[in-house]
Amino acid sequence: MIWSPEIALLAALIIPAIGGVFVGLLGKSPNLREGATLVASVLLALNVAYLVSVTGDRPELIYEIGSTGLAFGLKLEPLGALFAAVASGLWIVNSLYSIGYMRGNNEKDQTRFFVFFTIAIACAMGVALSSNLLTMFLFYEALTLSTYPLVAHKGDAKARRGAAIYLAILLGTSIGLLLPAIIATQYIAGSTDFTVGGLLNGEASPMLASVLLVLFIFGIGKAALMPVHPWLPNAMVAPTPVSALLHAVAVVKAGVFAVLKVSTYIFGTELIAAAPASDWLAWIAAISIVAASVIAMSSNNLKRRLAFSTVSQLSYVTIGAMIAAPLAMLGAALQIVMHAWAKITLFMCAGAIYTASKKTEISDMRGLGRLMPWTFGAFAVGAFSIIGLPPFGGMWPKLYLMMGAASTGQLALIGALILSSILNVAYLLPIPGRGFFDPAPKESLKKPGPMLVVLPPVITAAGATILFFLIGPLTDFLAPVFGVEL
Amino acid sequence: MDFLASLLPAHIVEHAPAIVVVVPLLMAAIAAILPNGKLGWAVALVSTVISALLAIAIVVDVQAGGVVSYAMGGWAPPAGIEFRIDSLNAVLLLLITLLGLLSVIYALPSVADEIADNRQSLFYSAFLVCFAGLLGVAITGDAFNMFVFLEISSISTYVLVGMGAARDRRALTAAYNYLILGTIGATFFVIGVGFLYMATGTLNMADMASRLPDLSSSRVVQAAFAFIIVGLGLKAAMFPLHLWLPNAYAYAPNFVTTFLATTATKVAFYTLVRFMFDVFWPEAAFVAVSFFWVFAVLGIVGMIVASIQAVFQEDARRLLAFSSVAQVGYMMLGLGIGTAAGVSAGMLHLVNHAMMKGVLFMALGAFAVRFGIRRISDLNGFARTMPFTSVAFTIGGLSLVGVPMTVGFWSKWYLGVAAFENGWWWAVAALILSSLIALAYIARMLAAIWVAEPHHDRAGAIASARAPWMMLAPMWILAIANIWFFFQPDFLISITNAAAEAAFAGEAR
Repeated sequence: MIWSPEIALLAALIIPAIGGVFVGLLGKSPNLREGATLVASVLLALNVAYLVSVTGDRPELIYEIGSTGLAFGLKLEPLGALFAAVASGLWIVNSLYSIGYMRGNNEKDQTRFFVFFTIAIACAMGVALSSNLLTMFLFYEALTLSTYPLVAHKGDAKARRGAAIYLAILLGTSIGLLLPAIIATQYIAGSTDFTVGGLLNGEASPMLASVLLVLFIFGIGKAALMPVHPWLPNAMVAPTPVSALLHAVAVVKAGVFAVLKVSTYIFGTELIAAAPASDWLAWIAAISIVAASVIAMSSNNLKRRLAFSTVSQLSYVTIGAMIAAPLAMLGAALQIVMHAWAKITLFMCAGAIYTASKKTEISDMRGLGRLMPWTFGAFAVGAFSIIGLPPFGGMWPKLYLMMGAASTGQLALIGALILSSILNVAYLLPIPGRGFFDPAPKESLKKPGPMLVVLPPVITAAGATILFFLIGPLTDFLAPVFGVEL
Repeated sequence: MDFLASLLPAHIVEHAPAIVVVVPLLMAAIAAILPNGKLGWAVALVSTVISALLAIAIVVDVQAGGVVSYAMGGWAPPAGIEFRIDSLNAVLLLLITLLGLLSVIYALPSVADEIADNRQSLFYSAFLVCFAGLLGVAITGDAFNMFVFLEISSISTYVLVGMGAARDRRALTAAYNYLILGTIGATFFVIGVGFLYMATGTLNMADMASRLPDLSSSRVVQAAFAFIIVGLGLKAAMFPLHLWLPNAYAYAPNFVTTFLATTATKVAFYTLVRFMFDVFWPEAAFVAVSFFWVFAVLGIVGMIVASIQAVFQEDARRLLAFSSVAQVGYMMLGLGIGTAAGVSAGMLHLVNHAMMKGVLFMALGAFAVRFGIRRISDLNGFARTMPFTSVAFTIGGLSLVGVPMTVGFWSKWYLGVAAFENGWWWAVAALILSSLIALAYIARMLAAIWVAEPHHDRAGAIASARAPWMMLAPMWILAIANIWFFFQPDFLISITNAAAEAAFAGEAR
């Protein structure tokens, strides 16, 4: 067969990159340009589907840099395959949505927008498939830089300021904390390869591991653990499709994915459990979950509320990695998938509401559900999934996280997770509730928004529901990574 | 390299160490009497090409046979002047001649723009004297001869910096300032060399090295060490002896800044390494104490303070000049680590810094030749006006920060590894802090070039804005080198490791 796993690894990076070139070249004619984006997204999704099917072979591509002992490399393993599948799958839906949104709102510089979007996807693929910390770091930084023009898209003073904060925090933490941690890892272990069982396991003492763990967890600023979260609400100045795919899926998930990958393959569950810092970090994550929920509740701007909700939900992954029980790690991995589908639904709904009514404040949205039933319906499904109600996908990660916390006896963390769910109910459900049950606003909408804006959130909401039933194959796929017996 | 070396006839290669210095010196006299700048430039080009070829021949010899020793005029050392090349100064020879060559190619459009027609041939003459002086400093094995060459290069540098006055009168005060401080440095150095002569009765550096260990308790020798370190530290712009540098770089003609930033301070750093290891010896108490308390501490303070100063500059070249002071701090830190790995990392950064600052100053010069750029805000929107130059500038800037995929990453990597091996984790922290500050000042310039809206008064000039290819070619050679040597670092690492070994071999004598 012509299409070998190794070629597919490279193709995962190259397809969106070439797609970006075509998008740039076809900038003069918007329809062809959007065609290029869609073709690239479908090809990428097919390619990633192929990669998922060959994950068992663990294909890899390594480039050694001279005699320096460092290398760039791509390697396929289940966690990365899962993240790549989520990002590439949602990219198709999001591309449709982007087209509808950007046209519906007459945004300027659309070519630049779509070019950098594809580059960002290529970088996210690189993060997902990298075989060592150095490669991951490189794509991680490239992802930050390529999303900067997207965040600053509006180009006014507010957008530029938000983008500057975005850049400063993400670059600052990654160079100031993550890079030293990578250098130290290389120095201690002689390599930065992701190794089954943990590269540093047996190489580093628990105290040293604690220091490194703190550097990694806060250095990966995209995971938005408090107090390095302010970049995320500030990035909400971006157009909503960016917030939807990048700041609910690709960028933030690249962060927590990196946290999970570092925990699993660099430290290993034994070393994390032995390191005293992991308890403290789990507590910081718990505080982050609750505090961000409270802030979300007090925000009247819908995108800001969703952003803080994301901050809160991302810390679920961090807490799972820090509990370091196999079940909790599994829950963390599932959270990456489930939260992605649910949160992208919510963001797309926010964008759909904005496109149809130009409303951004929650208090203005009373009764809108009567005029936009599909949008508010999808929002409700997304909200249910985030809260963790069956039969929606978001239930499983919470269940596994709580089981994991119970297995290590950290009952207080279970309390934090339950409290968070209650807060989720409080800040998410009033939006569709008021939307449907309050009387419709006097000035009625001419139309509920263009098709390409209304349909995508409905698709992802359906996906979030279907994922509830796909839990069997998902756990089978992930179980070997964490050594879970189910 | 072997192929290029084989182009030269054998009897010339035999005398290559002498010819490599003498050719530019003689050509300088010829250039001075030529009627116009184009001819002067041609002479400069020919002599730098010859020097580069000879330097390559010498380096090939050194790689094959270890140390090359050449007795000047047939007078055997230690009585006569010895030119002595080992793996340590071979790196410098290669660096000076190759970057000198690239700078000269770059010079033609830049100098034509900035220097009055009737002075251009004199300008090239002064450059050739400076070039010969730097080569002499790098190649000589005789302490007093080193002083002579140091002064030859310095005095011609004062002239070159002063030539910037045609554009900006502040170049005169910058040159004057440099002259005063440079002369103080040279005086300190020559006093130190005089003391050593008094104590040992010889001026040959290898000979001194063999006699000095018996004199370790001599106050004269200790005073000589202090004088020499201060004198050379001033020439190398070691913080806080760097005050001459920012204005000199900011107001000199663009070509001069490019050449000086890539070679002059590098040569002074080399002389420090030479004296620390191959004249003095690291075991002596007064030398050992200087590793930490002088080089490591001042290096780190310089790395951070000068970087912070750079962040607040308005003048683009002054910003890069402060950055250069900070980068000298990195090299000093490598020296201060005091191990072979540390010196090797310092030498690696020396080479890398020449490549990245070369690109950056060349790009600023290309902006200047079209628009007379000085302030950072003048760079607004240049990405659209001059995309090739802007991309090269960006590569150089990222390399300066130490981003992976650029050669600057290896500098920081090997410095960090060397510091870790010594247990100096705080030095690694300082390294990273300084990189972050570097990111801040480079980001300021990149944001101006890529993000900010161009000034309205420039709208009409955009069409004719591409830089001359003679500026673009050397700039892009260096920009590509910045990336190439990230992926193929073995050559650089092997020559800098050999350089560090050669420095430590002197200690065993």
